[in-house]
Amino acid sequence: MQKYTFNILMAALAVALLAMAQLRIIDNYIQAVIMFVGINIMMSTSLNLVNGNMGEFTCGHAAFMCVGAYVASILSVLCFGSKFGDPIFPEVASFFVFPFIILLGGAVAALSSILVALPSFKTRDDYLAIITIAVNYMVISAIENMDWVGGSRGFQGMKDTAWAMVDSTPAWLAGENDFPWILLYVILFTAFDIWVIRRFITSTYGKGVNAVCQDETAAEIMSVNTNKIKTVNFMISAGLAGCAGGLFAHVIGYVNPQSFNILKSTEAMVMVYLGGMGSLSGAVISAIVFTVLLEILRSQALIDFLLAPATFVFPDWEPSAGVIKWVMIPLLLVLIMQFRPEGIMGNKELSDVFPKLKKFYTFK
Amino acid sequence: MDFIIQNIINALQWGSFYALIALGYTLVYGVLRLINFAHGDIFMVGAYIAFFVAGFMLGPALGLSPMATFLFAVPLTMFLTACVGVTLERIAYRPLRRKGAHRLYVVITALMCGLILEYSNLAVLGASRLKFPELVEKTIWNLGGVTLTNLKVIVIFAAVAVFVILNFIVTKTKIGMAMRGISYDKFAIPLMGIPIDSIIVFTFILGSGFAGLAGLLFAMSYPVLEPFMGMIIGWKAFIAAVVGGIGDIRGAFYGGFLLGFIEVGVVTVFPSTYRDLFAFTILLIILWMKPTGLFGMPQSTKI
Repeated sequence: MQKYTFNILMAALAVALLAMAQLRIIDNYIQAVIMFVGINIMMSTSLNLVNGNMGEFTCGHAAFMCVGAYVASILSVLCFGSKFGDPIFPEVASFFVFPFIILLGGAVAALSSILVALPSFKTRDDYLAIITIAVNYMVISAIENMDWVGGSRGFQGMKDTAWAMVDSTPAWLAGENDFPWILLYVILFTAFDIWVIRRFITSTYGKGVNAVCQDETAAEIMSVNTNKIKTVNFMISAGLAGCAGGLFAHVIGYVNPQSFNILKSTEAMVMVYLGGMGSLSGAVISAIVFTVLLEILRSQALIDFLLAPATFVFPDWEPSAGVIKWVMIPLLLVLIMQFRPEGIMGNKELSDVFPKLKKFYTFK
Repeated sequence: MDFIIQNIINALQWGSFYALIALGYTLVYGVLRLINFAHGDIFMVGAYIAFFVAGFMLGPALGLSPMATFLFAVPLTMFLTACVGVTLERIAYRPLRRKGAHRLYVVITALMCGLILEYSNLAVLGASRLKFPELVEKTIWNLGGVTLTNLKVIVIFAAVAVFVILNFIVTKTKIGMAMRGISYDKFAIPLMGIPIDSIIVFTFILGSGFAGLAGLLFAMSYPVLEPFMGMIIGWKAFIAAVVGGIGDIRGAFYGGFLLGFIEVGVVTVFPSTYRDLFAFTILLIILWMKPTGLFGMPQSTKI
């Protein structure tokens, strides 16, 4: 029983969150922040697979998020929306179809990651970084040139699926308020993501990823099929990012190619390096910290307070929080690189720092 | 026929900017093995510095004529932009180099410095676009249906001149020999009594100075300034450097013009929204076929 303490705690936390959201103890804004925490956990852990565990340098991770978001959105509108003609499925089916929509988006994103995986057989770190950025720009540019998904005007209509779920909720569950279905699925997918990555990295096959990181030539000599490992790793990473993108589209209800540009990739990178390379728990912790920090930096009052000395000297300078935020985040990363390049956790997991934790969870 | 010649001239002008910026990328990479991702934003800063320098000189304090302003603004802009580049090297890259940090950390720092430059510019100057004053009076020559302005001639001439100067510095002078030495073996060079830090600073002065020149000429050709102007053109110039083979002066020069020709060609045939798509796809294909670029030498690693 002691072995399952951690899992039970997590499940209890999820149920508590859902119950609080249902009873409106936490309002819609806090719910949205929790959903973004989940999505950012998926982004940072999946990027950590490539940047941390495999030691390659990817800085175009938002491209796969973009592919996943668009595929999931189009499927969602096809199945339950009225934009491309009548909905395919009845509203009742939405609970079962929705996870498959997200997973399909992830699958297409995984296929698109072959664009990066194939050149990565030959090219080394710097050039691979360029290729990933090029892929990021290519995906955005390609989607902006597709007029049937709205081009650069963006695409909407995914909320129909969320409303379909809300409308067909059984009466005993609904009560006074709408049940937070999207929050439930974000929690489920976050758990799925962490489970997949944990199982993959600690498996015998996944040890090859770490071998590629340590020394590619030696790994090749010791009969690790490095090309295959790289491809599989890129595809898992991109697939999970695609799932995160699909969820992101359904949380916001509107996608635009420019919302997956290099800044989004930068956010994911900041989370990975803040957490520590190759540390799963570090990536989770840093995603939570970073998302909450972003929300705090949104407040104009705090920014005004921080910049009070400067605005006192230049009274007609009015900094806006949205811009100052993007000065502070890169500055944070520069300072991390200067003074603590290994991040919060370094290369360790939480259980390496606190060995007693090992009693409370299993590897299975 | 006129149409084709006109487009060739436009492509030469467009490629000149790419070549000028790509030369800066290549210089820094050739010496330090570091992709200076902030270079595109240094170009942006150069354009803004040119704007303020020109505004100050044309203003009531000095009241120079536009032509004199242009002549004085070129060295001043290059000097001030070089100062920005050297400052960046001092506060961001040098501590990391001293610590012997992983190259990855330096690359990330460079990326972040670029973002800081962009957004601090946006925060300080606001999002309103600035209009660059006209310095050189526009003269248009009509050569049988082909229009040629004096600005285009200046830009193309500047790119070729910078290429010749850099080629001379790197291949014929002592300091160029030291640069090539650093890229060949960073650990043996200090033992030979060569001041490695000042050579690197000189490299940054060269690269950033020419980025400032490119910023000034760009602002004169397309006189609207915005904080994100350096982002996409910086990436494209970087692609040009990679396509030519990064670390090679000739490669950057030819790559810049090649990319200019490709983009202008795409725009004349397809809708202009396809420009980025084609540019990046070509980069991907070239890197896939020839990972070291057109002029680059393959690097062997000892096991």
